[in-house]
Amino acid sequence: MITDKDIQKKQRLDFTSAWTYDPAPESSDHVTISDKYDLFIGGKFVEPVSGTYFATVSPSTEKKLADVAEAGEKDVDNAVKAARTAYDTYWKKMSGRDRGKYIYRIARMIQERAREFAVIESMDGGKPIRESRDVDVPLAAAHYFYYAGWADKLDYAFPGRKTQPRGVAGQIIPWNFPLLMAAWKIAPALATGNTVVLKPAETTPLTSLKLAELIRDADLPPGVVNIITGAGQTGSAIVNHPGVDKIAFTGSTQVGKLIQKSLAGTGKPYTLELGGKAANIVFEDAALDQAVEGIVNGIFFNQGHVCCAGSRLFVQEGIADALIGKLKDRMETLIVGDPLDKNTDIGAINSRAQLDTINGYIETGLNEGADIYQCKCDLPSSGYWVKPTLLTGVSQSHRVVQEEIFGPVLTIQTFRTPAEVIEKANNTPYGLSGGIWTDKGAKIFKISTKIRSGVVWANTFNKFDPTSPFGGYKESGMGREGGLHGLLPYVELI
Amino acid sequence: MADRIDVQKTYKIYIGGEFVRTESGRYYPVTEPKSGKLIANLCLSSRKDFRNAVVAARKAQPGWAGRSAYNRSQILYRIAEMMEGRRDQFVAELKRSGYSAAKASKEIDTSIDRMVYFAGWCDKYQQIYSTVNPVAGSYFNFSVPEPTGVISVVAPEDQPLAGLVSVVAPVIAGGNTCVVLCSEKSPLTAVTFSEVLHSSDVPGGVINLLTGQETELVEHFSSHMDVNAVIYARSHKDNLKRIQENASLNVKRVVVRNEKDWTDAKHENPYTILDTLEIKTTWHPIGV
Repeated sequence: MITDKDIQKKQRLDFTSAWTYDPAPESSDHVTISDKYDLFIGGKFVEPVSGTYFATVSPSTEKKLADVAEAGEKDVDNAVKAARTAYDTYWKKMSGRDRGKYIYRIARMIQERAREFAVIESMDGGKPIRESRDVDVPLAAAHYFYYAGWADKLDYAFPGRKTQPRGVAGQIIPWNFPLLMAAWKIAPALATGNTVVLKPAETTPLTSLKLAELIRDADLPPGVVNIITGAGQTGSAIVNHPGVDKIAFTGSTQVGKLIQKSLAGTGKPYTLELGGKAANIVFEDAALDQAVEGIVNGIFFNQGHVCCAGSRLFVQEGIADALIGKLKDRMETLIVGDPLDKNTDIGAINSRAQLDTINGYIETGLNEGADIYQCKCDLPSSGYWVKPTLLTGVSQSHRVVQEEIFGPVLTIQTFRTPAEVIEKANNTPYGLSGGIWTDKGAKIFKISTKIRSGVVWANTFNKFDPTSPFGGYKESGMGREGGLHGLLPYVELI
Repeated sequence: MADRIDVQKTYKIYIGGEFVRTESGRYYPVTEPKSGKLIANLCLSSRKDFRNAVVAARKAQPGWAGRSAYNRSQILYRIAEMMEGRRDQFVAELKRSGYSAAKASKEIDTSIDRMVYFAGWCDKYQQIYSTVNPVAGSYFNFSVPEPTGVISVVAPEDQPLAGLVSVVAPVIAGGNTCVVLCSEKSPLTAVTFSEVLHSSDVPGGVINLLTGQETELVEHFSSHMDVNAVIYARSHKDNLKRIQENASLNVKRVVVRNEKDWTDAKHENPYTILDTLEIKTTWHPIGV
């Protein structure tokens, strides 16, 4: 006898065998990467006092792209002093209108050089060119453009109060959206009248250094933006420097806690944008195909190196089999490989260290009894790669459900009632984002107000905009970036 | 000898809407500053008392936040009404704690007026802090404030009533619940304030009031993993540093409000409410 299940099986489409794509590589001929990069301090590139350099490699080829200076304590001190001088000499005296014009310049020049930035971002970080081209770079430009306009309108931002800049902002950014995170940090800081010492992550320094060239070309007063490279020790020197008036950090919750602790007793204000473990909740009445796209975008966007990734999928029981079947079919169409290929959906894992972390979690999940499903796709022979992965048969207490994996690994759980899924979704120390899929508006608002997180996407996921505040509840951090709320961390209200 | 032997009050702590003694069985004497005469034996609250209070505060939080803003506003206003009715009692207690009549009057007047002030904000701050965000895409995108959650509060040591009201009113106006350490040497008005709360329709657990020692309790106020933020309104630098270090255990927000004069009108502003709010942004597609 033929059952419904057999019919379903027969009707499942075969996406893998007949569908092939010719390579469509984005050219990198027009991009120049120097052999060696120094520190951008006081408006020019200077050799590090530390005398040391480290290599930045392409995670898709494992080949070295450039040597980059490692800023030591003395270098950090020089950068902070340059920022202080720039604050006292130029920036705090300048009108908001003129500050704004400089920031507009940065926005426009990024747009002009968008292709170059996109290619370098993909080479240095491993993300697909489609994403760096269509998301990272345009959003970075938009962020500068948005905050440029605030610079001469700050008197209207906070009713009853005027704003005063904090002074020198020390900013530390992660490797998952290097140019975009630099924009999230630099744009509001400059608009509100602060000067900046920014440190990009050690695995992805190149677009920040290219940005330094651009800022120099834009003729910003020397020292208003200083960009110094290095690893954790450099970051720690920025955090602990007494001349820094405000700290803004984006990165892991673990490091965020260390920063918060080391700032205790200093009176230095700080904002933290940390990890997440977002619940992506699909109700029975959701449009399934649309939800599948959202799930894929939620967890596989940028190889899952996204703090707000929809890494915990909750499916209402009645549709679980159908949805997971569709999800697997869709996953088989994903193209994993060369980040510079315009067909690529999923690029390289950012570093060997992160590759080890992700593989370690997959192993942990299996040891804890999870069932695994991975795409059948081939992986390139060199570089760091992880196949898009589903872990099913997991529960709240599993480490893969509780901890941030920061890779293309999705855990799947089922639920019966809204109350149950709210309980499960909130049962995490994180609170950065969440997703809801349903056809019913009232249900969206009911669930979205119960989810304890700073961003909720309804029938969409991983959308960003400069006007839209972003940031976490609970252990996902404090403070908002983007929008009017994003001004507040950089000002004192008087 | 007096005509009548007066009935003295037992000053208890207030947890989950109930007047309880500390589970530790410990006490400390509070005396009249001039005569040295014993006023009462106050509870020397323990870590366990604090933990019980956090459980009560957590339990009460969703319900309190879920009430309509209009309802919360009326309840805060009701607190002010009840304080007005007990005005003489507050003045008498402040005088026993060494306040002059004029200072005591100013303290209670400020406290009542400040409660009315924040009552009025309960259904308005949302409109100040919300935004509709013009994103470049087909989405209706908006940001609204939500309460941070459970807040532990180390209330001011001086100006024991005006200080307490100034730090607690914004917290509950914003839909949070709290556990408060009251003034150690002048705790009388704080305990009487808990009786006001009890008769003001404030749900049990929304405000929990403990008496005791700062140096003993700040450790627990700042390290408890189910507390979302700490407000520190005193001036002890070592204790503040300890709070800020412990806060990193679960990324608590730390709000420092070390002020000289709590009767100053500058404490009346909505930005103190913002200190214990989180901004939530929701993306909703537009389409058919």
